Amino acid sequence: MLHTVNKSPFIFRNFESCARVAKAEDPIMLYEDGVYAAMKGTSVEGLMKEMIAKHPVFAIRADVKARGIEEKILEGVKLCDYDCFVDLVTQHKIFAWL
Amino acid sequence: MSDEEKVSKIMFVNRRAPHGSIYAYEGLEVKLIMGAFDQDLSAIFMDDAVLALKKGQDTSELGVKEFSATFRVLEDYGIEKIYVVEESLKERGLSVDELVIQPEVIPISKVAELMEQQDVLLSF
Repeated sequence: MLHTVNKSPFIFRNFESCARVAKAEDPIMLYEDGVYAAMKGTSVEGLMKEMIAKHPVFAIRADVKARGIEEKILEGVKLCDYDCFVDLVTQHKIFAWL
Repeated sequence: MSDEEKVSKIMFVNRRAPHGSIYAYEGLEVKLIMGAFDQDLSAIFMDDAVLALKKGQDTSELGVKEFSATFRVLEDYGIEKIYVVEESLKERGLSVDELVIQPEVIPISKVAELMEQQDVLLSF
């Protein structure tokens, strides 16, 4: 199952719910304001690091660049484009944490 | 002073991230418009709005307008008091020198007092 998160982790609990539910090895795709969860030094860094240890974690590069946080992305988060998003969608069932 | 001439204290309370919704951009436009009316204007950036001030935003691949540089002209438009909430920065791993402007950093405990001093609060 591919899990997608597009909301800010500081305002919504979607990222935390996703973290509780996703099975190990399930890929996680962060896009739109969801990419803020992948920043270093935030209040969700600990949870994000646990996610990185258990899951392939992706973030859409265009969304990361738009928010000026490319230099602050945690190690282990793979930046990818929408082609890679489409590939993941074709390979997995998908659940969107909207 | 007649009612027409009364200067109102108006504060913009910004809480949204820059690109996930239209609030931050619309809020910025309203600030620039209000700047023409000679009122006592101020702005607070708290919660996700501190992210709108992050340096280095590049929206070219998204095809949407990049407006963070425009925050630098707020002072010229009469919004001289700009505050950013310390706890909001900390929660997001940001420091004030990573922002496009250098607002006064205030603790969240000071926000209520600033709000009380206003005639009008505008939420974006």
